[in-house]
Amino acid sequence: MKDIDINNIPKEKFVLLENRDLHDVKFDTKPIGYFHDAWIRFRKNKASVTAAVIILCIVLFAIFAPLISPYDVSYSETGYSNKVPKDKFLSNFGIATGQTERKLNNNGYAKEIGIGIAAADTDGTGATWAEGLNNEFCPVKSEGDVYITEEKEYRNAKVDVYLEEGFRYFTVTDEQLADIQAWEQETGKQVIYPMVDTRSEYCFDANDANCWYKTRPGSLAPVRTVIGGTASINLSEIDTDTMVLEDNYLRDEKGNVLFKRGIGQTMWKIRVLYYNYYQYKHGFEPYHVFGTDGSGYDICVRLADGIRLSLLIAVAVSLINFTIGTIYGAIEGYFGGWVDIVLERVSDILSGVPFIVVATLFQLYYSAKAGPVVSLLFAFVLTGWLGTAYRVRTQFYRFKNSEYVFAARTLGASNKRLMFKHIFPNSLGTIITSSVLVIPGVIFSEAMLSYLGIVMLQGDSGTSLGTMLANAQGVFTQYPHEMLFPALVISLLMISFNLFGNGLRDAFNPSLRGVED
Amino acid sequence: MQMTKYVIKRILLMFLTLFIIFTICFVLIKSLPMTVSGGTQDQTQEEIARLERLGYNKPVMEQYGIYLKNIFTEWDWGTSWKIEKNADVTQVLFSRIAPTLILNVYSLIIAIPLGIGLGIFAALKKNRWQDHVISTVVILFVSVPSYVYAFLVQYLLYFKAGAFPSVIYSLADAGKALGLTDAAVQAMIANGESWRLWLSGPMLYSMVLPVMSLAFGTIAGLARFTRAELTEVLTSDFMLLARAKGLTKAQATTRHALRNAMVPILPMIIGEFASVLSGSLIIERIFSGPGVGALYLNSINQLDYDVFMFVSMFYTLISLSASILIDLSYGFIDPRIRMGAK
Repeated sequence: MKDIDINNIPKEKFVLLENRDLHDVKFDTKPIGYFHDAWIRFRKNKASVTAAVIILCIVLFAIFAPLISPYDVSYSETGYSNKVPKDKFLSNFGIATGQTERKLNNNGYAKEIGIGIAAADTDGTGATWAEGLNNEFCPVKSEGDVYITEEKEYRNAKVDVYLEEGFRYFTVTDEQLADIQAWEQETGKQVIYPMVDTRSEYCFDANDANCWYKTRPGSLAPVRTVIGGTASINLSEIDTDTMVLEDNYLRDEKGNVLFKRGIGQTMWKIRVLYYNYYQYKHGFEPYHVFGTDGSGYDICVRLADGIRLSLLIAVAVSLINFTIGTIYGAIEGYFGGWVDIVLERVSDILSGVPFIVVATLFQLYYSAKAGPVVSLLFAFVLTGWLGTAYRVRTQFYRFKNSEYVFAARTLGASNKRLMFKHIFPNSLGTIITSSVLVIPGVIFSEAMLSYLGIVMLQGDSGTSLGTMLANAQGVFTQYPHEMLFPALVISLLMISFNLFGNGLRDAFNPSLRGVED
Repeated sequence: MQMTKYVIKRILLMFLTLFIIFTICFVLIKSLPMTVSGGTQDQTQEEIARLERLGYNKPVMEQYGIYLKNIFTEWDWGTSWKIEKNADVTQVLFSRIAPTLILNVYSLIIAIPLGIGLGIFAALKKNRWQDHVISTVVILFVSVPSYVYAFLVQYLLYFKAGAFPSVIYSLADAGKALGLTDAAVQAMIANGESWRLWLSGPMLYSMVLPVMSLAFGTIAGLARFTRAELTEVLTSDFMLLARAKGLTKAQATTRHALRNAMVPILPMIIGEFASVLSGSLIIERIFSGPGVGALYLNSINQLDYDVFMFVSMFYTLISLSASILIDLSYGFIDPRIRMGAK
């Protein structure tokens, strides 16, 4: 038999056995991968899709609110601290009007209206009660009937808290004064109002620029001077069209009203309408759509910043946990035996460490060196990855002896390839779900630690959600809006992430549907 | 035999963990700059002797040895320097357990029947409107953090309605509400009868809001868990058999379904009870509760080392023993579950 060189068989020796195309039966539908399949299931779960949309909205708010808002994170205006929400557009619908309900006695009522009267009296010649009441700067926007409790008259009134600041005294230099006057000329808005004679015996409080009318010495009750003394004014019987409060304005010898008082050589004391002075200083009117907090920070911008920080911490923790947990769990599960025993004991011990103790110690020990955020991250990560590692380990135990793994090993796949190419993708769904569910847990714990004062994430450069809650706690009965917005956002985030995570779990593992945790 | 071995193994491991955490806590806390009472000139002879005995002036590792020796030989966990000056830390902690314990037991007494009841109801009405309402409310209450409820109930029931006080009474306040004089209250505390004040009516009244805030989350968690377990049991084959052999739906549910559903629920409840001692830091803080949580936070803020160490160890011990208790209770409730078996 003639030797055939099997490497060089001439082409013509080959004969086509069957002369037709060979191919698989074509599917009528497109092939669906694991993630596409999960996506189809996820889409059907209305609650989870809603939750995902809410999360997206909150994230968009966190990103865009600081860009749109005229305020920035470090902006703080102590003149307008603890103010309720006010927005130009929303106030048309009766929300965010910047008004609060006040129970006013007669003296307090006179002081509120007095702000309006003083604002109406631009040149110090006097304005009537009615003019003051209708002035745009009058804080009282609507009022109820007078009622009597324990022989004292009260009335409930809706008061604009921004206008309520009224007037203030400022000490300015010549240049500052000229600058303000130039701005007044330019915009036609009056900032500087007649100066009050603070040394007058009828001036109730020399530091409060809203005490511009004559009051009974030692009291806030407005009076009018009569020959030989003073007479009380009965507020319920006044004729608002003619009623004029007697002023305490500073006058020169000729009786002209003065708008400034010299202090020393170069300084002037002036009395400004704070609402207009604010516009002079910042260039816009004060509108805080979520109100301001006790330090005069804009809650909307601070909230956006807090969400960003809290979410960033949460996502970072989730990613780090994912990485460490996966590698650790993979090694444990894949190698088994004594490696598993040793590593399990390590994680047993770690899982026994109470989180609050860890967080405290890290905070006490590292926050000065590495900053509070980093030490908080360490505290979360120290024990946080255990859950992921546990899940990955279980999955590895389940799959490592499957036939397809044997096949791959027989074909010469390395340990690394077997672990991460062949076994790990099976556990991906479970792990992604648990990583998403880590996020609300971290937000919750961060808020709790900040609230308890163990972590301090506060300053001009930013804040966190928990810190905002902690700051609001002392005052939230008076100013509920300071608590409402951060609490609402935290609750929404927690609910949405939980629903979203549950939806993911159902989508990745339909067999687990309805099983909790 | 296997069980005993497993228990012993778990307990030994627990002490190992405890010891490691003890060491870590000790080393870290001692590396912080310490200040003990004002300055050296303010210290009394007694204090100096105490400091000497605890080895505060020695290197950290030597202090560690002394501390361990004191604990093992004389159960001496050190002295509180700031919170209750010169008091024994064990005394400081144990005097604060009562309010924490009572608060949490009250909340569990409300939460457990309500939670399980709602869960059973939802499971029996599965996919009907009652179930949808309960499930929606439950997911809200599980997710919303307890401090948000606390603020809510404080705002609505204390500030708006004025129905309940916003803080937990102190013993003196409770005594006043009962018409006792301060001296009488002091005498009761001295006689070790302060528990009568803690259990008194005015005290319960002042605890309504914190108990509510604590209970909401537990109720929701239990209801969700019970519903999930019971729905699963209700669809199993043995339920079909029970109906087939002639039991009514109610009989089958109470005799077979509930019993089986309780297997995973009971350990959960046992776990809840085991952790009542550690209480809730945040609720105690919001309602100014005079319990263990407040003590722990104070010890951190004021750097009262020995108190911090002891309370940390107390917390660790509770969380570790709770997890052992939960694991063991599975085996007791359902002998088919063998802990530690391969």
